Amino acid sequence: MSEASPLELELISDAGQLSRVRGTLRDWCLAHGWPEPVIADMVLALDEALTNVIRHGYDGAGDKRILIRVREVRDPGAGEGIEIEVRDFGKQVDLDSIRGRDLNKPRPGGLGVHIIHAMMDLAEYTHADGGGMRLVMRKYKSTPEQPESPSTGTS
Amino acid sequence: MNETPLRIRMTGEGDTRVIEVTGEVDLNSSPQLRGKMLELIEQYKGRLVVDLAGVNYMDSSGVGTMVELKRRVERQGGSVVLARLQPRVRSVFEITQLDKFFTIVDDLDEARRA
Repeated sequence: MSEASPLELELISDAGQLSRVRGTLRDWCLAHGWPEPVIADMVLALDEALTNVIRHGYDGAGDKRILIRVREVRDPGAGEGIEIEVRDFGKQVDLDSIRGRDLNKPRPGGLGVHIIHAMMDLAEYTHADGGGMRLVMRKYKSTPEQPESPSTGTS
Repeated sequence: MNETPLRIRMTGEGDTRVIEVTGEVDLNSSPQLRGKMLELIEQYKGRLVVDLAGVNYMDSSGVGTMVELKRRVERQGGSVVLARLQPRVRSVFEITQLDKFFTIVDDLDEARRA
């Protein structure tokens, strides 16, 4: 894997920017040889992450700062991957409260976190130093194998 | 990349109306979709087919708009069928398990019969 320069974006929390950001991520991934289905997953995950920041971190305010950093990574077990970091400076929410809602109760809202976890191999929220939230997401070219459960493992 | 502008129009007569949606549906465009849909269901309270063949991108904002539309239409005695979803759009409904909540069909004739 060649050492690629990270993609770094600074934007404001305006939903009108989402399409441009999706296109920028898609172009960067294509230029680095990533396959289209994997790119589509990452584009949707980033869109959902930014949507959550705009809606919940900034309560819909359209002039707040968001930083995005995308880089190629290599995990000893999972192999080549892409890491996407989304940093905001809004509200710090209880980390235990960030979870997708019960999908058995169809209603608008609350689907973004569920989609992020479905699209990515890893998604981890933390409180950022100095305020706001940091989300780190990773997607690998080949899906990492799940560790075998002791009760179902074979010897 | 410039966002594909959202276009929404209603066609049909008799007991079914088709709402044809074209473009990308995200947090930016879903309020426009919601507003236009609410306007259309004020005019017509029966069976609706939402033709999504021209929607090349939809996120949770768009899916949420469809859930709200279905609930409102059913409250006023109508029904909603989603038709001709592109694979990536359909997968968003599947991931969120909303493919069980909606009637989703592959062509407009099937939608009119559903």
